[in-house]
Amino acid sequence: MYWNKEAECMDRAQLRDLQGQRLRQTVRHAYENVPTYKKKLDDAGVAPDDIRTIDDITKLPFTVKDDFRENYPFGMFAVPLDQVVRIHTSSGTTGKQTVVGYTRNDIGVWAEAMARTLGGGCTHKDDIVQVAYGYGLFTGGLGAHYGAEKIGALVIPMSGGNTKRQIQVMQDFGSTALCCTPSYGVLLGEAIAEAGIDAKAMPLRVGFFGAEPWSESMRKEIEAKLAIDALDIYGLTEVTGPGVGYECLEKAGLHITEDHFYPEVINPATGEPVPPGERGEVVFTTLTKEALPLIRYRTRDIAVMNDEPCACGRTCRRMTRVLGRTDDMLIIRGVNVFPSQIEAVLMEAEGTEPHYLIVVDRRPGKMDEMEVWVEVSSEVFSDEVKGLESLQRKIMTELESTLGISLKIRLVEPKTIARSEGKAKRVVDRRDLGQ
Amino acid sequence: MRVNQISVFLENKSGRLADVTRTLAENGINIRALCIADTIDYGLLRLIVNDPDKTREVLHKAGFTVTQTPVLALEIPDRPGGLAEIIRILAEKEINVEYIYAFVGKSGENAVVIFRVERIDDAIQTLQQGGAKILSGEQVYSI
Repeated sequence: MYWNKEAECMDRAQLRDLQGQRLRQTVRHAYENVPTYKKKLDDAGVAPDDIRTIDDITKLPFTVKDDFRENYPFGMFAVPLDQVVRIHTSSGTTGKQTVVGYTRNDIGVWAEAMARTLGGGCTHKDDIVQVAYGYGLFTGGLGAHYGAEKIGALVIPMSGGNTKRQIQVMQDFGSTALCCTPSYGVLLGEAIAEAGIDAKAMPLRVGFFGAEPWSESMRKEIEAKLAIDALDIYGLTEVTGPGVGYECLEKAGLHITEDHFYPEVINPATGEPVPPGERGEVVFTTLTKEALPLIRYRTRDIAVMNDEPCACGRTCRRMTRVLGRTDDMLIIRGVNVFPSQIEAVLMEAEGTEPHYLIVVDRRPGKMDEMEVWVEVSSEVFSDEVKGLESLQRKIMTELESTLGISLKIRLVEPKTIARSEGKAKRVVDRRDLGQ
Repeated sequence: MRVNQISVFLENKSGRLADVTRTLAENGINIRALCIADTIDYGLLRLIVNDPDKTREVLHKAGFTVTQTPVLALEIPDRPGGLAEIIRILAEKEINVEYIYAFVGKSGENAVVIFRVERIDDAIQTLQQGGAKILSGEQVYSI
């Protein structure tokens, strides 16, 4: 089943024509309305008129996350604020959030992309979609919500957390589709089993899991525990949010919403395109966005693109799961975390360059957990337990408010954390991410 | 009237206390009294030694987080009510006691108890007025 057969199964040549035409419009729009883009293109010696077909895209300069920081908050917008109807944000590498805006049409495109995503799991208007992604500045909740509404499904806007109530609603309202992070999917499955409920007897049929890296073994676990088909979805706030890529029931890669978001894969070191089937950094260009046109945005996500048509009939390119990152960004319970953010908070709290280690774990039946190990230096060492506890609490409160997720602080002895030459190892990720 | 106590931050993992005691032994440092405050993840080892400055230096060199804290050492008659009298004097002046631990050895017929208190100068004055016997650092290090 397709939500939009014409778009999803479009002839490749026809699709490329459409992409070329939309790219031309996007580049002109960005060039004329965003000083940063004008400067980038001018510096690269590329004029909007140089872009004729989609193949000309490689002439264009890249956009990176720092461009958002430098243009905080609204400098990347290509329309006046009175045409912007919504703001979302994601983490920046330092104190400042990455801010994205949407016009009414942009919200429409996003809803369309999410409708196709839900259609990948054969969701239709008779379905009852329980959205357990967080609602708010995070794109997950509202993204899934608008997509499900566009389909005409019944939406239950649960938002995240409150597992007991999620299960109650799932049972009483008869949810047939679930949208949440994969780690929350596992947690729900565990909780259902613990409550003595037979998942097979529930109407739940399919789940759309994203915002977090996960693996095939987690898919199997979720499918067994919830008795559903578990599908991977892909998206990032800068591009639009969820809906950029989605699996169908073949579970054979993420179909890219290519008529709106054009994918490339490059060698992160050289910026040159890699041949199809090779691993590289995924780069996206938005083809229809008004408020925030993105030109060759470097996602830092590593994946492989597959140009073969899928057995489901969709012709769009398929991307593998995200296989890694070119930077040190972590995704924990759907929240992007940069070690540099943690470092800045510790620096503030301790007054010196901190020695720390971020330990991320995913234990059975638990959501992802983050522990920050902090070496206790002589400067902050207190002879009293209450002094150390207050240090621990202060760091924890600061970090939680900066990152927006809960975590644990563990005080450790000096030199516990390995000093490596050059760049210190700041992260130990114990999750099975199938990489 | 103050005694320098050495405090060491110790993670709760096997062998760490042994590392401290071995370092002290190798450097000829004699432990006069000690106590450990522990939490789930870490402990605080507090030591009274014969040479606090040297102890601090050798432990720091061995990679431990070390700090010196001023504490009071009181000679207390070794009989029922001995400690109660001292606590009463402090309580009357509303001086909080953070922690207390005792020496194993004695000073003559008296017990020696280490006090970490708030407002240490007030505490010294109050205790002296109350007739308590406070030992000097030199006296304690050489017990």
